[in-house]
Amino acid sequence: MDSQKQAIKGAKVLMVGAGGIGCELLKTLALSGFEDIHIIDMDTIEVSNLNRQFLFRQWHVGQSKAKVAREAVLKFRPHINITPYHANVKDPEFNIDFFKQFNVVLNGLDNLDARRHVNRICLAANVPLVESGTTGFLGQVTVHVKSKTECYECQPKPTPKTYPVCTITSTPSKFVHCIVWAKDLLFAKLFGDKNQENDLNVRSGDAASSSEHTEDVFERRLNEDPEQYGQRIYDHVFGYNIDAALANEETWRNRNRPKPIYIKDVMPDKPQQQNGNLDDNSVNGNSTVSAMPSLGLKNPQNIWSLLENTRIFLESLKLFLVKREKEIGNLTFDKDDQLAVEFVTAAANIRAASFGIPMQSLFEAKGIAGNIVHAVATTNAITAGLIVIEAIKILQSDATNYRMTYIVEHPLRKMLLMPVEPFEPNKSCYVCSETPLSLEINTNRSKLRDFVEKIVKNKLGMHSPSIMHGTSLIYEVGDDLEEDFANNYALNLEKFLSELPSPVTSGTVLTVEDFQQELSCSIYIKHREEFDEEKEPDGMLLTGWTPAPSNDDTRPISNGESSSNASKQLPGTQEDSDEISAVAADKEIALTGSKRKQSEISDVDGEVAISACTSGIKGSNQKPEEVDDNGDDDVVMLDENPCKKKRLQ
Amino acid sequence: MDGEELTAQETALYDRQIRVWGVDAQRRLSKSHILVSGMNGTVAEFCKNIVLAGVGSLTLMDDRLVTEEDLLANFLIRPDEKEFGGRSLAEFCCDSLREFNPMVRVSVEKGDLASFDGEFFDKFDAVVVARCSLAIKKVINAKCRKRSKGTQIAFYAVDCRDSCGEIFVDLQNYTYAQNSPDDCLLKYPSFEEAITVPWRTLPKRTTKLYFAMRVIESFEQAEGRNPGETSLADLPRVLVLRKELCEAQSLNESQIPVGLLERLLAGTREYPPVCAILGGILGQEVIKAISGKGDPLKNFFLFDVVDGKGVIEDISNPTET
Ligand SMILES: [Zn+2]
Repeated sequence: MDSQKQAIKGAKVLMVGAGGIGCELLKTLALSGFEDIHIIDMDTIEVSNLNRQFLFRQWHVGQSKAKVAREAVLKFRPHINITPYHANVKDPEFNIDFFKQFNVVLNGLDNLDARRHVNRICLAANVPLVESGTTGFLGQVTVHVKSKTECYECQPKPTPKTYPVCTITSTPSKFVHCIVWAKDLLFAKLFGDKNQENDLNVRSGDAASSSEHTEDVFERRLNEDPEQYGQRIYDHVFGYNIDAALANEETWRNRNRPKPIYIKDVMPDKPQQQNGNLDDNSVNGNSTVSAMPSLGLKNPQNIWSLLENTRIFLESLKLFLVKREKEIGNLTFDKDDQLAVEFVTAAANIRAASFGIPMQSLFEAKGIAGNIVHAVATTNAITAGLIVIEAIKILQSDATNYRMTYIVEHPLRKMLLMPVEPFEPNKSCYVCSETPLSLEINTNRSKLRDFVEKIVKNKLGMHSPSIMHGTSLIYEVGDDLEEDFANNYALNLEKFLSELPSPVTSGTVLTVEDFQQELSCSIYIKHREEFDEEKEPDGMLLTGWTPAPSNDDTRPISNGESSSNASKQLPGTQEDSDEISAVAADKEIALTGSKRKQSEISDVDGEVAISACTSGIKGSNQKPEEVDDNGDDDVVMLDENPCKKKRLQ
Repeated sequence: MDGEELTAQETALYDRQIRVWGVDAQRRLSKSHILVSGMNGTVAEFCKNIVLAGVGSLTLMDDRLVTEEDLLANFLIRPDEKEFGGRSLAEFCCDSLREFNPMVRVSVEKGDLASFDGEFFDKFDAVVVARCSLAIKKVINAKCRKRSKGTQIAFYAVDCRDSCGEIFVDLQNYTYAQNSPDDCLLKYPSFEEAITVPWRTLPKRTTKLYFAMRVIESFEQAEGRNPGETSLADLPRVLVLRKELCEAQSLNESQIPVGLLERLLAGTREYPPVCAILGGILGQEVIKAISGKGDPLKNFFLFDVVDGKGVIEDISNPTET
């Protein structure tokens, strides 16, 4: 115990994230005797954090999480050193040398992107990482030590869910499709950057003609009354556009035909007289502008009628025009912007009504639109305890006892906390081993831009990539590029791969590097003419980055790799459905006692979702196998782990 | 819907957890009253969790004065405060907890819980005791069970020693909704009933920590010690007791390893990561019991850092379940 105390006292640790897990972690580290703790978090405190981020108070709202967390912990441990950074962990100041000063890095992050970034820097700096995640009552803590255990990315993580454009613009079948339409298309069109590409008026079949016709529909005419403008938009998007789409019989052959909705159908009387009075809204800040009170709607759990949704739509649109005129053109959807949530809820509901999809409450709509993850204090506290336990083992180099631990909702083999031996590094992991990847792509029809966006950024998670073909640099990101280089790269982006100055064709090997992450990988290019729109929506297929040879093609990788359709995709909306399936899987475990779908929790707390990743466990009838319960060092083993494993050292 | 809606303030504050357990559960939580006795680090964690969750009220009991020892695992006490004489541990903790959530009424009750008459307990939906001897656990548990007001009083006992911990749960007759069409009824034994279940009738794989805790508990009772008043010097006599108990119960002594007993005897201080884990599990269980959502654990939870498992043991007479 004394050696343990010494190890803790002398340790320098880096915490990334001061949110739900972070607050608990900082407290438990301080109580456990850690005296030198650095903490990075770019976020500021919000009201919805206060139910679990217990170091924060109402009066801290708007302040830096890292800084307030430090002050709160110093009150009960005044003599320890806590160094806060109110900054993004991806900032260049947090480079490999910065990371090298720490004995261990502890993650309490809320998004995949930052997790991948920290994983790579820890590998490059050779600093052990303890990773964690929670959602609802589920949690997970894992240990990543270079060349001893698998890295965070040894099992591919599902990338954000995207939807085929035509599902969103023309043929929604789920409420989430209506939310994406309302948020990413309609809201963006009306209040966002006018220069952004927007598919609002694109409909399958007659995209060209309609976009010409409607180009200026969304422009508010000179001196146009805000209410008239609102009604005109309403009739256009819920009425005219639907009527126009109905004209294309082909689309509706196997689908339910939507119903156009015009103002006059919903509000036969003059709408303006029924709407609330603007003056009722005593306004003192954006977050307080709201359409609900003036219409007598209070409970966010209630599902509004079509009439109520119509009123909220018109009222919130008017409030944007009248009260927040200056922001129009620069707005992006924010789940903490009440008026934006009201507008998106109403628009999504009216569209849902049109397509025969059940409407939802503002509370539910906000959860979907904001990718809000379920979070409670207790799971975060337990997770923090488990992180500290693993961190202490790392400080004592107690490698044989490293564990990854799952916190489950329903007992599994009598356990609520289930430790598992860490897996060995995946030899085909492009991040921690130098395995080349291969990419099937149509080199004549894919632009360099597609490759950069869909593969290098989205799939490989690089932020400042450079792309080499042999010795010639075909693309590079950086602030200090010379002008003619930058121009050249910009030109290259718009070229098809086969038409680049050094053409990329079948057999080409590209080297893609990110200097900040000190990550480099080779990609073999294989030309392929056709792609399946449903299964390969990117129009390209990256392989080589698989957990291990497997003849089971139902592996979830394919879900993560390709979950949407069409050559164009809508970015952004990451659905909570992964999370739900994780919870469902957990229930299944409890019910059958033998079914196990491991829920890998990758994102938490405010941002997004979990992925039901089966890190090592697949199929329906595997179960963790316990190794001799009589030994004192017994651990749960998972059989059929593709990265055949085990016992470290 | 029973008519009362959450306020806008509650909806905003509890947004993320309402997404976990729903509005009805949140409403039930906000009407619940919890009593805790014995303010150690584990209980501090528990209190933080349920105050954040938004229970109606929390009553704290612990008249002792703050010592250096209390600061080790309890983040509710500020070191500079211990100079202020005359205030009890519960009073210090109360001040901190109030700040966590202004919507929860946190208060202090003075006196010795075991000597309170039964009516006092009627105010509460759940009672949690810590740093509590075997005899006192039995007494308080029995008082909770005797009350027959409309709803039953849930009883929890929690212990943290070295890097091990144990939670005992008594929900009496507890009905909750499951996925199946029928509600599920769980019958819990009292603490006294549970610990007198013959060891030889328990499954072979019953966690060793369960037996070890019973040995230590019996030892403290036999010696008239307060909980945690032990040291390695007690080992020889504890081993004698282990032998007696194992013989009486037909259990192989190897089921209660010496090394584990040593840790429990010597490690009288709480281990903060284990406090966080136990306080988290206990918080979750109390939230489940009050909200009626989720299957509660029955009836022991045991955690040991050495193997890292958080195990549920059902220790009850088969005939009674
Ligand atoms: Zn790897």
